[in-house]
Amino acid sequence: MIETNAVYVIVAREFKKFIREKSRLISTLARPLLWLFLIGGGMSRLVPAGENVSYIQFIFPGILGMTILFSSIFSSISIIWDKEFGFMKEILVAPVSRFSVVVGKATSGMVLSTFQAVIVLCLFPFIGLRLDPLQIVGVILVSAILSFALASFGILLASFYESYESFSVIMNFIVMPMFFLSGAMYPVKLLPEVLKLVSKLNPLTYGVDALKNIVFPYETGRMSADFSLFTDLAVILTLSLVFVLIAGKAFERKQ
Amino acid sequence: MVENLVKKFGSITAVDDVSFEVEEGAIFGFLGPNGAGKTTTINILCTLLSPTSGKAYINRYDCDRESAEVRRAIGIVFQDSSLDKDLTARENLMFHAYLYRVDKTERKERIEDALRFVDLTDRADDLVKKFSGGMKRRLEVARGLIHRPKVLFLDEPTLGLDPQSRTNLWEFITTLPKLHRVTIFMTTHYMEEAEVCDKIAIIDKGKIIASGTPADLKKIVGGDVIYLKTSNNEEAMKDIRKLFDMEVSEKDGEIFLSALKGDACIPALIREVGERVLSVRMQRPTLNDVFLKLTGKEIREQNGTGLDNIKAMVRSYRRRHDRD
Repeated sequence: MIETNAVYVIVAREFKKFIREKSRLISTLARPLLWLFLIGGGMSRLVPAGENVSYIQFIFPGILGMTILFSSIFSSISIIWDKEFGFMKEILVAPVSRFSVVVGKATSGMVLSTFQAVIVLCLFPFIGLRLDPLQIVGVILVSAILSFALASFGILLASFYESYESFSVIMNFIVMPMFFLSGAMYPVKLLPEVLKLVSKLNPLTYGVDALKNIVFPYETGRMSADFSLFTDLAVILTLSLVFVLIAGKAFERKQ
Repeated sequence: MVENLVKKFGSITAVDDVSFEVEEGAIFGFLGPNGAGKTTTINILCTLLSPTSGKAYINRYDCDRESAEVRRAIGIVFQDSSLDKDLTARENLMFHAYLYRVDKTERKERIEDALRFVDLTDRADDLVKKFSGGMKRRLEVARGLIHRPKVLFLDEPTLGLDPQSRTNLWEFITTLPKLHRVTIFMTTHYMEEAEVCDKIAIIDKGKIIASGTPADLKKIVGGDVIYLKTSNNEEAMKDIRKLFDMEVSEKDGEIFLSALKGDACIPALIREVGERVLSVRMQRPTLNDVFLKLTGKEIREQNGTGLDNIKAMVRSYRRRHDRD
């Protein structure tokens, strides 16, 4: 049902274009740096540290989550560009199933986002974090699953929009709130009830929480993770599957 | 092969009961003004749209139900470029080869062949955004042929090209059926371009109003028109009426008559009218005349809707700026 040739070549195309566009690489990496060091650095003067974790360390999993969120959604939204500039037709008339196209796109989102998350991950020594190899592998695995889920979610969004004017709508009304309500910048458990509820419906929350579980497993109290690692993984794995299936269906519509 | 094809978008019927058949290895031209339903028909044939009713078959496969088989058998050059401008020419072809599962052993060779065929070998590693409109079109045709399709669709292949690239592209297209054993299905609204087709169907407002070879269609107009300038038009007209039993009229100092085979008729005419003839010219009917005769309007002098005009403007804007 899934044609590997199609998945491979779609991923190869995205990767090649990504590597070629130096400015995109730099700007996607600049954002997490700004947040981590300017906001994190400044806020840690204001926010008292937890038991073992300072504020700048606390937001590190959140910043990884942000990197993954932006790059996954951006990668999927490129479908709208492809529709607008005609390249999508080349893919749609090819003898490959729509579902393979969706899986290919989601996989490219996964590859690109994980690649960027790994680069951001390399910053951990600079903020005084200590991670053993197993933790590093754990972070990379969670990043991969989370990016697949978010990229599929992005494809689902992209299937409803025809023109790239909608890009800013998606950014302002979906992506930014998702980031702020994911527990990336402040613990979900400290939020007012209403926002807590919204956070619990946010897929990114569980991804960030899984990363928190892995990066500081022994932390308890205010700055600890909000759910168990098992819950986190179960949610993001399920969502990956659900999103990619719905995105596949949304993509199959024929007039 | 298409039978009674109908496609409705809401209350608009874009394609209205269209039937035709294309023989293998032929160049088939689908002619009509903008908005006549050409692209909609192509989209149904290449499985992008489902018909409201009716059937379409390519290579004996049903376009609606056996879309995977149909897609393998066809190559398409869309009206708007569908190349990835941020990839090189070779990468675009490579993408296509993978997508259509071209065998690994043949992949490289076919791509090099295709590049040579469209004369883009020395630009193969340049990004497509640096290409001119004509080069992009050629690259798209090359791409459409990489997987050796049975049928190649060309939707307005010369739209937006300058006259020289247009002529070049046509010379190139007409060599395809022999070289690649491919059937060509093309649409155009330039009547003169359709002359190279083996068979033509003229479509207007979703209906096919005439079909046949270009020569057949021109017979609808009634053959060639011969214009004569003579020293004494009155007398010449009298003689011609008497000797040939033909309808002759006079206009702007010239007498003219229509004949099924003009070129064969001229020697006989001159022999009879003799020394009075000052000049002779003959005009062959164009497909434009055919369209004019059938619909009572010029094919290109039509006012599209506002939306069509905007679309056309955006398209030409993009074409122009794509080249930068």
